[in-house]
Formats: sequence, structure tokens, C-alpha cells
Amino acid sequence: MEASTLTRIGIQLLALGIFLTGVQPAFGIPAFARKNGLPCSACHEAWPMLNNFGQTFKDNGYQLGNGRDSPIYQEPTYWPVTFRINTSWHRENNNRTAVDMIPGAGGGQVERSITTSGFDLNSLDIVTAGTLSKDISFFVQPFINSGSSSLGEAWARLDNLFGSRWLNLKMGKFELDELISQERILTLSGTGGTYFNYFFTPLGDRNVFQGIGGAQLGVELSGHSDDDHQRYSVSVLSSNNGQTGLPTNSSYDVYTNLNQAFEVPNLGMQRVGVYGYFGQSPTYFQTSGGTPIPGTGTGNRSFYRVGAYGQWYVRKFDFQTFYMHGRDNVFLGNSVAANQPANLPPGATAPEWNGGFVEAHYDYNPRLILIGKYELIRMSQQANPGIRSNAGNLDAWTVGYRWYPIMNPRAGLAWVQEYGRVQNAGAAPLSGKDDISNSFLMGFDFDF
Amino acid sequence: MRWKTALTGSAALVLLLFCGDTHAQESHVGKLNGNEKRGKALYGRYCIFCHGRYGDGRGESAPYLDPKPRDFTKAVFKCRSTPSGSLPLDSDLYDTISRGVHDSGMPSWKPLLRQERVDLIAYIKTFSSAFQEEKPGAPVEIPPEPPSSAESIRRGAQVFESMNCWSCHGKDGRGHGPSAAALTDSKGYPITPFDFTSGSRFKCGETDRDMFRDLITGLDGTPMPSFASAMTTDQRWDVVHYLRSLSSHGTHAQLAPISQ
Repeated sequence: MEASTLTRIGIQLLALGIFLTGVQPAFGIPAFARKNGLPCSACHEAWPMLNNFGQTFKDNGYQLGNGRDSPIYQEPTYWPVTFRINTSWHRENNNRTAVDMIPGAGGGQVERSITTSGFDLNSLDIVTAGTLSKDISFFVQPFINSGSSSLGEAWARLDNLFGSRWLNLKMGKFELDELISQERILTLSGTGGTYFNYFFTPLGDRNVFQGIGGAQLGVELSGHSDDDHQRYSVSVLSSNNGQTGLPTNSSYDVYTNLNQAFEVPNLGMQRVGVYGYFGQSPTYFQTSGGTPIPGTGTGNRSFYRVGAYGQWYVRKFDFQTFYMHGRDNVFLGNSVAANQPANLPPGATAPEWNGGFVEAHYDYNPRLILIGKYELIRMSQQANPGIRSNAGNLDAWTVGYRWYPIMNPRAGLAWVQEYGRVQNAGAAPLSGKDDISNSFLMGFDFDF
Repeated sequence: MRWKTALTGSAALVLLLFCGDTHAQESHVGKLNGNEKRGKALYGRYCIFCHGRYGDGRGESAPYLDPKPRDFTKAVFKCRSTPSGSLPLDSDLYDTISRGVHDSGMPSWKPLLRQERVDLIAYIKTFSSAFQEEKPGAPVEIPPEPPSSAESIRRGAQVFESMNCWSCHGKDGRGHGPSAAALTDSKGYPITPFDFTSGSRFKCGETDRDMFRDLITGLDGTPMPSFASAMTTDQRWDVVHYLRSLSSHGTHAQLAPISQ
């Protein structure tokens, strides 16, 4: 058979596949679907991204409010566990990796373009979540990566205190209340699988806090209206970036999020919100014989991240927009202990930056979603005047799609393809030139 | 000859397409007009898993649900503002979708857009030809509620007794009367009478007016009949007040159940 014939058959099969995705209904989701008998598409615009019904379900403490939320109504054999894993082939390229001039023997280093590729397992998420009783919910997520494991999240929540949806109290380690969620990001590749704004710190900065994208330890008071159009949350968090065992200091941070949704006829639900994270980070530790004593971080200095976001729906299109302004104290920005101000470089100041992203989706149907994302970060003020003004600036974009050929009542499987590119100004390890990374990924993302 | 055949075939196809269009179902709630096509897409996303591809209540999740999902092909609905045996108003279906059905697998779909809920109604109505052949009945009238009193509750208890409500709901209103165990719905599935002492939410609305309306309309598809002609207006309000008094969460004047 000629190559052109094979190509034509391949295209026809692809077209048939796309056509079939357009006529088949979407089913499935693991633990919650098994409990509630709802399809995964009820809660997810495209899993893992939530739609408004899913967000309401989550805000209600994983309860539907239909009188069947207590686990007493479940079959004794029901076990609220979901596994999620990504298997993929991916290719990664970085244009300025520091390598030894003579491999294995040193002889100085140079920057070279390095490309790697191969099959991989990205991670294994085990999630157990649900209700311990009516109006008491929980979530536990051990995170297992190659050769290591950690506790991603673990919390319990008292829901609808005093019979009010406006009063819910959560304690433990949890993802901050973010509607554009790092935990439910649709893209998975090395450069596309992260909202860089959520984890950004300027070059040379020593802030313990690594960004609003990570789970934090603390307590959260939250609430929402009956239809979830109005939401708020206020969290008080240990200033240790979510690390258990008090490894840094014992001060507290505050995070708050307010948002409002409204219906626009013929377009869909629109939502706007504002958020702010205000914290302190230690600049040095108490020591014993010169060794830092865990949990004694001191010389705290302040930082904040504030901004606004929006979720805009235009029929089958939606756009997620996000803006952040960040500022770290001058001691944090220059990695100088607060008790040694003489070590600050001349002209040192607090680093400040602005960033944001636009992520667009075309929701062809519950089984196929197209994704495009552009993200940028711009330093507006460097901590040290000796640092190039644009060092740390970042530009990233990702395109891809997720296709869900299997979404049955017990499991879901997505076929994922994406390409991403990120450019970090002045971040090359030796030359200080721009560092550019590219990722291509294709594979399965499945849960059961 | 061949082109004539082709022309005839094309004309038939066009006719078929237009015929399909003429039967497009609509829905109207307030100023919102539902669209069947949009409703179909929403149904595939939210409803099909329980109510089934053909709206017959046989979705993949149905075997595990109790009570069973509504069979839309029968056009029989519990929660209506229209007389027993008649079709519901679009607003009745809208209220049910928005409120959900308590103590069942049907959650509140209030987080959906209002337009989306109206679109869903347009599509749900396509599953039964009844919506094209019949008109919904006129909504029943609900007069102003008189104040609840010990005397009203006492009279309600007597009506509860004389109308044999207790045979299903029990003398104490706990839902285990002598007939309760044998009750089935219109599809033959076992059904449990409501326990008025539980403080649980009612399936068709929370207010006294909703309860009053249920006594007139009955809950079609269940053994709960209409008392439109069997009770007077005053008797219905008395029964409402009596049933409210059975709930430990009730705010009405309290009276011991008739079993005591």
C-alpha cells in the first residue's frame, strides 16, 4: 500500500474519531461518580477543570444537598478512593544547559542545547475524599512521584455551620481557594503544566514562601451563596510554605479571595474575583553550634501577592484571565539576614513584579477540549540595581488538546497532546542570557 | 430517469429535515425561551447518566438508584401545579430541576444558568408526544393560608384519620402505616410514604403552600392521590397545620399524634 493511501486512511480514521466524539454522550468519573451516580461531565467542564456545578459541589463540602450525602447511605463496600496517573512520551529541550566541557571530567563548563526524550510516568495521585458525616467533609491526597512521596493535601472541614452556607471551616493542609486551580490544570507538560505566576520568586530571592500555587497549612473560613455566585474565603496559614514539622518559623500568613459570578444572556456564566496573600518569611535562623534550629526562623520580613482574575464564557469558548502584582521585602529579595543590614548591596530595594496569563478553551463537547495559554511575568523593580532590569522576566505559551475517548461510569481516560515553550530572560546559568525550554508531550491521563 | 430518482430522493430528504424542524420543542419560563438543541447538549452532559439516552429513566446509573430516575417518556410528573393527570407547566419542571428532589439521586441544578435549565426542559419534553398533543392543565388556586392554631391542628388530625392518610403514613406520621410495605409507584418499584416527623425536606417544595398544593394535585406516578374533591379548602389547611406539627422542627403549635 502506498504511503499516500495510508495517510489518507489515517486522516479518515481521525475524522471519524472526531465525528464520533461529537455524537456520543459523556460519562464517568471515579469516586464521586460512584457515590452520587452523576457523570464526570456534570462537575467538570473537562476533567480536572471544574464547571460551576462542580465548584458548587466542592464548596458544599462534596455534598449534593439531596439528603443522601452522609456515608451511611452508601453501600458498605463503597471506598472513596481515586487513582490518577499520567503515562506519556515527552521531549524536553533547553537551549542553555550548563555542561562540563569534558563529560565526566570537568574542565570548566559551557552552555549547550540539550534535548532528551522518552516514555515516562509523570506522577501518581491517590485521592480519597468525601463526607465523614453530613456536613463534615474531608480530603486526603498522598502524592507519589518517582522515588518519593509526600502528603499533597490532608484536611477536614465543618460544612454549613449554624445551617449557613456562608460558614464553613476547614483545617489542615489544603490548596488555597483559587478558581483557576493549579491542582486542576488541564496541561501536563514540563513547561505547560504550571501556572508560573503561582510559583514565581525573583532571581536571588530567599522567600520561604514559594507561591500561591502550593498547598498550605492552616485554617480556612469560607462561604458562598445558594447558587455559588458569590463566594469568599479567608485563610490563616503557617508561614512555612506548607511544610509539616515546623521547619521554618512560627508566624502566620493570611490569604483571602472574593469573587462574584453573573449570568450574561446568550453567552454564559461570567465570574470576576480578587485575591491577596500577605505573609512574612524568616531571613535567618537561631543556631546551635552554627547549625540552624528547625522552627526558629526569625528576622521575619513581609511580602505580598495581590491581583484579580476572571472567567469569561462565550458559548463554547471560555477565557481565564489572571493578574498578579508581587512584592518581597528588600532583605528577602537580596537574601540577606535582617540582623545584618550592612550586607545589603548599595541601592538595594524591594523587588516588585507584575504578571498574568490568558488561558482559552474551546469546549467542542464534553469529550474534546482545545487549549491555548499565554503567560508573562515582568519585573518592575529589581532587588539589586546591579541585576539587569529584565532578568527574571518570563514568557510562556502552551497549545494542546484533551480528548476523552473513555468516560464510562467507573473511570476516565484522556488522550493528551500539547506543546509548550517558556523563555526566562537572563536566567541562563553561565552567560546570563535568555534561557528557553520547549516541551512536547503526548500520552494518557487516566483515573479510576 | 436517474436524475428524477435523485430529485425525488433529495426532495424527500429536505421534507424530512423540515418535518423535523416543525416538531422542535420549546419551553417558556418567564421571559426565557428554551431551545431543544441546546437542551440536548446539556442533557448529554448532566442528565443522560441517570435518565438515559431515550429519557426512559434507564441510564447507566439507574440500577443503583433508589428511587429510580424519572421516565420522561411517560410524561408523568410528581411535582406540578396542575391538576392530577395533567401535564406540568414548564415552570413546574423548572422548579423541580432547580430545587432537586430531596432524598433521591436528583440534586439541585441551581448552579446551571437559568437559560440552561429552560433549554433542558425543551429537550425533556421531546421524549413524550404528550407535550405536543396536550396542553398542561390550569394551575390550581391556592387561597391565603389561615393562621395555624391548636384547634386547626386538632381538626387536621381528624381529617388525617377520616381520610385514611394514616394507612400509608402511619398513625404517628412516621411513614409506616399498615399499607406502607406494599406500596409501589406507577412502574412497580417499591415506594416509601413520607415520614412527617423526620423534619426532612418535602420533594415538591418546602412551604405550607407547597403542601397545600400537593394535597390538591396529588403526586402523579405515586400512590399519593389528589384530595381536590375529597377535602374542603379549610380541611386542607388544617391537614397542613397538623402535618407541620408532627415535625420536631416544625414552627407550628404542637399536638400529640393521633396514635396517642
